Amino acid sequence: MDLCHLTAHELHDMLINRKTSAIEIAKSVFQQIDKIESVIHSYITLTRENAFETAEKVDKKIASGENISPLTGIPMAIKDVMCTKGILTSCGSKILSNFIAPYDATAVKKLKDQDVVIIGKANMDEFAMGSSTETSYFGITRNPWDTNTVPGGSSGGSATSVSSGEAICSLGSDTGGSIRQPASLCGVVGLKPTYGRVSRYGLVAFASSLDQIGPFAKDVTDCALILNAISGRDEMDSTSVDLSVPDYTKSLINDVKGLKIGIPKEYFIEDGMDPEVTKSVQDAIKLLEKLGAVCVEVSLPHTDYGIADYQIISRAEASANLARFDGTRYGYRASDSDSLMDMYKKTRSVGFGSEVKLRIMLGTYALSSGYYDAYYLKALKVRTLIKGDFDKAFEKCDVLVTPTSPTPAFKFGEKMDDPLTMYLSDVFTVNCNLAGIPGISLPCGFSSSVLPIGLQILGKPFDEETIFRVAYTFEQNTDYHLKRPQL
Amino acid sequence: MSGKYETVIGVEIHVELGTKTKLFCGCSTDFGSEVNTQTCPVCLGMPGALPVLNEKALEFAIKAGLAMNCHVNEHSIFERKNYFYPDLPKGYQISQLRQPLSTNGYVMINVDGVEKKIGIRRIHLEDDAAKLIHSGDGEIDESVNSSVDFNRGGVPLIEIVSEPDMRSPEDMKAYCETVKSILEYIEVSDCDMEKGHLRIEANISRRKIDDHNIWTDRSEIKNLNSVRYAMRAVEYEVDRHTKALEAGTTLVMETRLFDVSRNVTRPMRSKEEAHDYRYFPEPDLVPIEPSRDWVEELLNSLPELPHERQRRFMEDYVLPKHDATLLTSDKKLANYYEECIKICNQPKIVSNWLLNELIALMGNAKQTIDECKITPELFAGMMRLIDNGTISGKIAKTVYEEMFNTGKSAESIVKDKGLVQISDESEIIKIVEQVIAENPETVQDYKNGKKNSIGFLVGQIMKVTKGKANPQLVNKLLAEKLQ
Repeated sequence: MDLCHLTAHELHDMLINRKTSAIEIAKSVFQQIDKIESVIHSYITLTRENAFETAEKVDKKIASGENISPLTGIPMAIKDVMCTKGILTSCGSKILSNFIAPYDATAVKKLKDQDVVIIGKANMDEFAMGSSTETSYFGITRNPWDTNTVPGGSSGGSATSVSSGEAICSLGSDTGGSIRQPASLCGVVGLKPTYGRVSRYGLVAFASSLDQIGPFAKDVTDCALILNAISGRDEMDSTSVDLSVPDYTKSLINDVKGLKIGIPKEYFIEDGMDPEVTKSVQDAIKLLEKLGAVCVEVSLPHTDYGIADYQIISRAEASANLARFDGTRYGYRASDSDSLMDMYKKTRSVGFGSEVKLRIMLGTYALSSGYYDAYYLKALKVRTLIKGDFDKAFEKCDVLVTPTSPTPAFKFGEKMDDPLTMYLSDVFTVNCNLAGIPGISLPCGFSSSVLPIGLQILGKPFDEETIFRVAYTFEQNTDYHLKRPQL
Repeated sequence: MSGKYETVIGVEIHVELGTKTKLFCGCSTDFGSEVNTQTCPVCLGMPGALPVLNEKALEFAIKAGLAMNCHVNEHSIFERKNYFYPDLPKGYQISQLRQPLSTNGYVMINVDGVEKKIGIRRIHLEDDAAKLIHSGDGEIDESVNSSVDFNRGGVPLIEIVSEPDMRSPEDMKAYCETVKSILEYIEVSDCDMEKGHLRIEANISRRKIDDHNIWTDRSEIKNLNSVRYAMRAVEYEVDRHTKALEAGTTLVMETRLFDVSRNVTRPMRSKEEAHDYRYFPEPDLVPIEPSRDWVEELLNSLPELPHERQRRFMEDYVLPKHDATLLTSDKKLANYYEECIKICNQPKIVSNWLLNELIALMGNAKQTIDECKITPELFAGMMRLIDNGTISGKIAKTVYEEMFNTGKSAESIVKDKGLVQISDESEIIKIVEQVIAENPETVQDYKNGKKNSIGFLVGQIMKVTKGKANPQLVNKLLAEKLQ
């Protein structure tokens, strides 16, 4: 197999055993990019020169006998919503289509400190608003398993780059499922850590109380390695939590005996569910049971309110978070304005795409005088109820297992005209963000048309370890994660 | 007619806290640096940047609350106040609305010797906007181009909101000065009005004293950057509201700006059109939950406050209330006074010198007490010359002014200018005789019973001696000669 299709831990072993070099790995990845990027379009920006410079530096370090970290020399893609110093950071939007970030996001900096080889900035739905990567100003990204289908979103490029060998692994961000859903649709592993586990400093905010950076990888082990690298308290982010970070590779245990797995009945609905997804997830649960886990049915009674709740909270926060894009200091500014107000209006009318404007308007409305109590305040209360559901469920079990997405990848344009249907793609993922808990998606099967299906495992706050253990055990006893798309 | 109406005034004061760094980032707050040199991604509102609360600013804000007898809330939160303007890089200000830091306090003010309690509704923390610089005259849309200096953007402010407890411009003046004085005492702000450390907004309405249902809609007067302007603006408004009440016309509730050059207020924008700020809890910051121990510690660390010091001055130095109030209204003046007292224990006389002479001299020279060249030692030196009869009180005023200007000792001034008091009886008697001889009519008046004509003769003697004659001796010798 080409180097570009291997995992980070495999490549690391090869690097320390001098079986390959960082340059060779980077070359393999860029060869793949040259071959398929024109079709897949994982990237908004490629940083080829920087990548080879870093790779060269890494090879020198190895040659001089220096110890290297698990991710040193590993090619990674960064979702274009994270600031990268000196490099375009567009958020998939026209309004930032000329914005060169003056600093590195903390998560990016932590990767750079390990000499990760950054390949480029991955395509995404504009400002992470979407579930298909179709709202990007820079064009669509195609699912490597079927280029007529979407890769999911909003971290579509982060998912496809890993799935297609255009990167070994990547970083994405997840506000309502934006890591887990594309991971599911592209057949890779994606983790949304607990809110506060990873610093958000330098992550361009969509909904500050929901956003979290997390890894995409070809297997659970790589996910654990990346989480090790990016986690921890950051003085620059008040919401990052001051808890010691465990070594997540210690949780890669092929054993679930005695673990209690909760099956939330609200996540196994008939309506809008693809029967193939249901079957794959049920098979996965049976396998875990066979491996010694104890399955218990649990109830999360406020599940149905999740989408609506998420709409209000995320739009309200977004309406304020996106106010800074006003054409004054950076980014796109409309010309020929005849007053300040005119400049704001033209800049934002032209600079933002329609989905973003729709969300800003909804959020502005929800926060308006006279509506605040009815919408935003009520949404905060519902959020507390949803969180309470999980707290209660976790009294009975160690993790929850659900489908990640109700369907496999769908066709381009299929849901673009109907935002409400599109929003339902997130039905199984949003509540995890509202509750702030961690969740992973990993491959658990394929549809009859060979589209990947994802299994979601949700854990207690700051208990990514148990998630890793269950996911690792499932992975070790299946081979879905070993399949690669034919391109 | 006066007495028929009363004025109701509430005041909001924005105070720039004297922290070294900004409220949510590590940038310096130094005033007067080159434009846009004290900035970072956070205070520039760069994508992805996040605020982190400056602990010192929180400490200062809590101290201000405690010094004004507020309750420091166990749980308070920041909220976003949303509006678009180029001086607001994030598109929202981080402020506090529904759950402010401190609530329910008061300060005591003193107007014409009468004490009055003015309620403090709330004190909250927020970040300052940047500074706009327009080329040409007028506002942003009239200028050819406008630039933004972000050095001030993100500097910590507290907003102190009073209850509408003031009933006159004088009340308001006293309130503002008391608040300023407290803040200076607890050293949380330099309160330099010229640097915009203190910005006053006054809300005013008028109502009939015997029928509170007859009242005018309030006006809010913004950005008054001195207590003097605030007074003038409020006086103008009192007049405007009274006229409206008398004419039976209605005033709209509106925000007005004070036009310094024309001494009038003019409408800014009416409240009806005012922004909907869409406040909501700031998700990037965690709630403020100061521990009880910390608040207790800050309370115990508060220095003596102006009214406590005033009371002490009245007791320890037996000063009249008027003197004690004036001396303690300015912490540095009060410190200076106490330094002087340490080496020259004549409390009332020292107070007279400071309040009658020094304050006037500093006012004329636009100097502060820090710049005063008369050290307590120099002052005590002059007092010794008075006490031992070397100079008269009158000469001392000349000496004092010279000390103020030059910082030289009283001894050297007296020596250089030949100001030593003439206390030699034989020398004075010669002059007394000379003056009596030159003014026979006045002498006759005196002898005919116009006893106060002696004053003229004393004046003539002082004139001849250029004020250097010992006044007691002159009086004594003149009286003897006129017998």
